[in-house]
Amino acid sequence: MRAQFVLSEIGVGLRRNLTMTFAVIVSVALSLALFGGSLLMSDQVNTMKGYWYDKVNVSVFLCNKSDAESDPNCAKGAVTEDQKKQIMADLDEMSVVEKVTYESQDEAYKHYKEQFGDSPLASSLTPDQMQESYRIKLKDPEKYQVIATAFDGRDGVQSVQDQKGILDNLFGLLNGMNWAARAIMALMLVVALMLIVNTVRVSAFSRRRETGIMRLVGASGFYIQAPFIMEAAVAGLIGGGVACAFLVAARYLIIDHGLALSEKLTLINFIGWDAVLTKLPLILATSLLMPALAAFFALRKYLKV
Amino acid sequence: MIRFDNVSKVYPKQNRPALRDVSLEVEKGEFVFLVGSSGSGKSTFLRLILREERASHGQVHVLGKDLARLSNWKVPHMRRQLGTVFQDFRLLPNKTVAENVAFAQEVIGKSRGEIRKSVPQVLDLVGLGGKEDRMPGELSGGEQQRVAIARAFVNRPKLLIADEPTGNLDPQTSVGIMKLLDRINRTGTTVVMATHDQNIVDQMRKRVIELEKGRLVRDQARGVYGYQH
Repeated sequence: MRAQFVLSEIGVGLRRNLTMTFAVIVSVALSLALFGGSLLMSDQVNTMKGYWYDKVNVSVFLCNKSDAESDPNCAKGAVTEDQKKQIMADLDEMSVVEKVTYESQDEAYKHYKEQFGDSPLASSLTPDQMQESYRIKLKDPEKYQVIATAFDGRDGVQSVQDQKGILDNLFGLLNGMNWAARAIMALMLVVALMLIVNTVRVSAFSRRRETGIMRLVGASGFYIQAPFIMEAAVAGLIGGGVACAFLVAARYLIIDHGLALSEKLTLINFIGWDAVLTKLPLILATSLLMPALAAFFALRKYLKV
Repeated sequence: MIRFDNVSKVYPKQNRPALRDVSLEVEKGEFVFLVGSSGSGKSTFLRLILREERASHGQVHVLGKDLARLSNWKVPHMRRQLGTVFQDFRLLPNKTVAENVAFAQEVIGKSRGEIRKSVPQVLDLVGLGGKEDRMPGELSGGEQQRVAIARAFVNRPKLLIADEPTGNLDPQTSVGIMKLLDRINRTGTTVVMATHDQNIVDQMRKRVIELEKGRLVRDQARGVYGYQH
């Protein structure tokens, strides 16, 4: 097959159908931008959850040396070995507790580094500024109060935290937005597919003379279909490119500059460029394959080979 | 070259078969006229040879192949060995004469060198040397049909199917087209031509096959258009 011949056929086809091609590009771009956005939003939620979020319900933080100087809860000094043993024994006896994990200062430091590795705050921290803690999984997550009453205010305990209480509202919001994005994406995807099918149909109809002659002189089915399929793929790929540009621009404008959330919300760990960049090949591949497949199936109906 | 064994064709949603129990054979190098009134089954006959349709009953052999057993993806390859010419020429209006002929070679993947060599040759053969760069719209009907014949013949088919090639042409031009088809026939290409043109059939004195309401009613060597009683 001669590449130049096929390429010129594609060019002619795309120009002949300019408005339709434009509609395909826009709808593919929108649906894939939403697709990428929804993937990034999930990434963001996962980044914010940190190491313990899905594993435990309640954390009992113990006093360290610097807490002993600054925190009124730790007025009696840093936690002692005896106090730790007592807390552990008490936790073991409680019927609501399913599992208890002890996190040392070194481990806490390691987990913190994993989550906030690049932030300026993390780089100034040292392991002995971290708190030891007991991470507790409950049989019934609602029974948080039982732990709180038992350990709040006890010597050596700095605080008791319901792990989910802090972040659940935010995650609920993000999840809602995520589902909304997915719903719109699905709708746009259907629109894009219908537009592609219709474009292919119009294109096949306007070129029925050529394809009829091609059939007569013995062009293979693939040879007849290829220009149509590649037309759809090229339009889709342009749409995919637009979607990628949109995602890159979105991260740039929302997190780094423009809204500059990373400067305003220093305590939140945002997704990095790697998260964005790894999504782009997926989006480009989808933008290429999905319209090509749609065109292929449309041709089976509208183009006799 | 072509063999029909008890071939019938019934189109869906039609009671009367378009072809009924037709058996015949066309040998290599023959020139055959296919005659009959409109609706007699001529077009169906040709469509079966081109495998645009499949027979409902019986077997159609073309170029030694049983078309019923030919899988779909092999059909294009089979068609490359056939040339086709129609009443309405079927040229691409936005391509020049040479490009129209070259199109038949491009779509089956012939190299550019081959195309550059064979297109002027075949245009000379049909008497259109020097008109390579004209558009089909600038040509007369007879010349356009010559372009179509050049396109059908450029890949040197073994069998040329012509569906009323002179149907849109005046008698004088028709004679020219017939001379050309005769010349192509003399190179060894089998020609099957459906026609309504009585003068042509009577003059050429070739084999005549007549269909009537889907039945083969006459198969006459060196025949004429109508019955001779």
